[in-house]
Amino acid sequence: MRDVAIIGIGLTQFGELWDKSFRQLIAEAGASAILDAGISGKEIDAMYVGSMSSGRFVGQEHVGALVADVSGFSQMHIPSTRVEGACASGGLAVRQGYLSIASGINDIVIVGGIEKMNDVGGVSATETLATASDQEWEAFFGATFPGLYAMIAKRHMYEYGTTKKQLAQVAVKNHANGALNPNAQYKKPISLEYAMNATMVADPLGLMDCAPVSDGAASIVLCAADIAKKYTKKSVKIIGSGQGSDTLALHARRDICTLDATVHAGKMAYKQAKITPKNINLAEVHDCFTIAEICAIEDLGFVKKGEGGKAVENKITTLDGSLPVNTSGGLKSKGHPVGATGVAQIVEITQQLRGEARKRQVKDARIGLTHNVGGSGATCVVHILEVA
Amino acid sequence: MMEVGIISYGAYIPRFRIKTEEIAKVWGKEPESIKNGLGIFEKSVPSPDQDVATISVEAARAAILRCNINPQDIGAIYVGSESHPYAVKPTGTIVGEAIGATPILQVADYEFACKAGTAAIQTCMALVKSDMVKYGLAIGADTSQAAPGDALEYAASAGGAGFIIGKEKIIAKINETCSYTTDTPDFWRREGKKYPAHGGRFTGTPAYFKHITCNAKNLMEKMNTKPKDYDYAIFHQPNGKFPVTVAKMLGFTEEQIKQGLLCPYIGNTYSGAVMVGLASVLDAAKPNDRIFIASYGSGAGSDAFDITVKDEIKKLKREKAPLISQMLKDKEYVDYATYAKFRDLLVLE
Repeated sequence: MRDVAIIGIGLTQFGELWDKSFRQLIAEAGASAILDAGISGKEIDAMYVGSMSSGRFVGQEHVGALVADVSGFSQMHIPSTRVEGACASGGLAVRQGYLSIASGINDIVIVGGIEKMNDVGGVSATETLATASDQEWEAFFGATFPGLYAMIAKRHMYEYGTTKKQLAQVAVKNHANGALNPNAQYKKPISLEYAMNATMVADPLGLMDCAPVSDGAASIVLCAADIAKKYTKKSVKIIGSGQGSDTLALHARRDICTLDATVHAGKMAYKQAKITPKNINLAEVHDCFTIAEICAIEDLGFVKKGEGGKAVENKITTLDGSLPVNTSGGLKSKGHPVGATGVAQIVEITQQLRGEARKRQVKDARIGLTHNVGGSGATCVVHILEVA
Repeated sequence: MMEVGIISYGAYIPRFRIKTEEIAKVWGKEPESIKNGLGIFEKSVPSPDQDVATISVEAARAAILRCNINPQDIGAIYVGSESHPYAVKPTGTIVGEAIGATPILQVADYEFACKAGTAAIQTCMALVKSDMVKYGLAIGADTSQAAPGDALEYAASAGGAGFIIGKEKIIAKINETCSYTTDTPDFWRREGKKYPAHGGRFTGTPAYFKHITCNAKNLMEKMNTKPKDYDYAIFHQPNGKFPVTVAKMLGFTEEQIKQGLLCPYIGNTYSGAVMVGLASVLDAAKPNDRIFIASYGSGAGSDAFDITVKDEIKKLKREKAPLISQMLKDKEYVDYATYAKFRDLLVLE
């Protein structure tokens, strides 16, 4: 397997982007990444794009070809593939791009992630997201993702004494970080009181425990590490890539408080990188709900099972903590255009490892991890990045 | 240049009210967060015998009562609403008969979501300016619809106001008007549908705020004015928050918008909203007061007006018809069950 480096990153504003279309967003992110990498279009061997449900959100499928087309590459006829794995679509696209270079098939690949979710109403967006759950066992009976994650939260509280305050502290921390991120959907800090008293969504999750519905796109340029120096001095290497799957339905799991797909993907990535969780300097984890971040830091091995809530309370995961988590603001504050999220996480860690994260820069960051989840944990992708 | 402006005005707000908490209670919502979120405390409710025709007639009669004109001199009636009682058959003819303005009269009903009333004012201005009519009567009124449980239910209310437009004995001169229109589908109701649909927060930034701010800036640029040059400002008020925010965005103060901001107490009267707001301002206005108006209609567009109150307002018999402040006080609360009956929400065999 060849080593793979990230040589370019691009990210659009995340938010309610009424004045930008699906194709404008992906073209904007892709163009920024290509510009950042300093490559020409002719050097690109293949494209991968992650999008969860463009068909339901904007009525457009076949987005692999669309992305190549709007990028101006239609005459080059390069392979362009759409990858889907619910909210992990972006992370999966990164992994496909990574594997295609590591295997020796491609030298330079552009990976994009996009979702434009605000062109439909709130009810329709919730229904579309629920298609990532098990239709026959969950969605048909009325379960939506807030409901499923609320069950995880309830059980986590019961098993480990996790509190609503600890959940709220995740949101407070992520909003504090998001306030420092110019691309974030919500650039404002929130108080603990505000988070705890927010409108109830699905007990115990209130509005501030839930990531928003967002529009946005992200893109990265991947390159075989041995030729990366030709393009940039500040490349970042992917030293581990892991992926795991699990039952689609939450109730069929061994333990609903543990995302075994995360555990599996994490172990796979750590093993490849030849490191342990202790070596990670910072992480972008999939906080679609505050409880998801607590589960993630446990399942990735940063803290013991059941101690995620306490870790948040003890400020271990704040920007100046021993393991900063979601320095971008996470899905909660930066926004969660589902197909873009996994790629945007790579953008954030790359910025941090390059030392370009400005006000939210983690000092001496050398190794960072990204964790992207699909559904209630049926798909998980983990990447570990290191300063090259 | 010939002056054109308002000769008289009248308004009507149904006396029934329902409180925000009463609606919130039914749907299991927290009243405080709804009240704070929308800035609406209560809204007016039309009784089963009231519709846009009766509200328009009440407003038109009040306008006639206050001034000394012969209704036969009214050559045009335009009624703007999105809840005309008939899909085919104009509301304006009913108003014309009721005030004795028929038959030498041109009439048409208007629809442009919440700004059909201000569009009617513009039409009447043009007819008066071109000497096609001596007086034109422009009315904006609604008994607006909201699906039970929809966020609109806290706002959709009833009321309206009418303005007689002419060029003699003007109580308020309309210095200028301009409009800003695009095809923006933020809120709509298809033919045959009982309730409107809307695009949630899309109704905000790209719709309400964009159209009002662009149009307001265009008017101030045209008139070479600044927000501080106006004594009063009235903005469309789909809820209690949007007008306050848009005023702030444009540089108007809360003091300037206070008199014309009725939504917190009567809800959104749709085509009647800025019209009733203007009636409230004219209830209190003194000669030389300058008024800024920007309406908003989904779909979408905004009409803006720059108005100066004239000495003639002192001669207008404002006391001959109820003032807005009196109508705000004259109220009776109904519970949700009564509201449901009044608003035809119950399915009867």
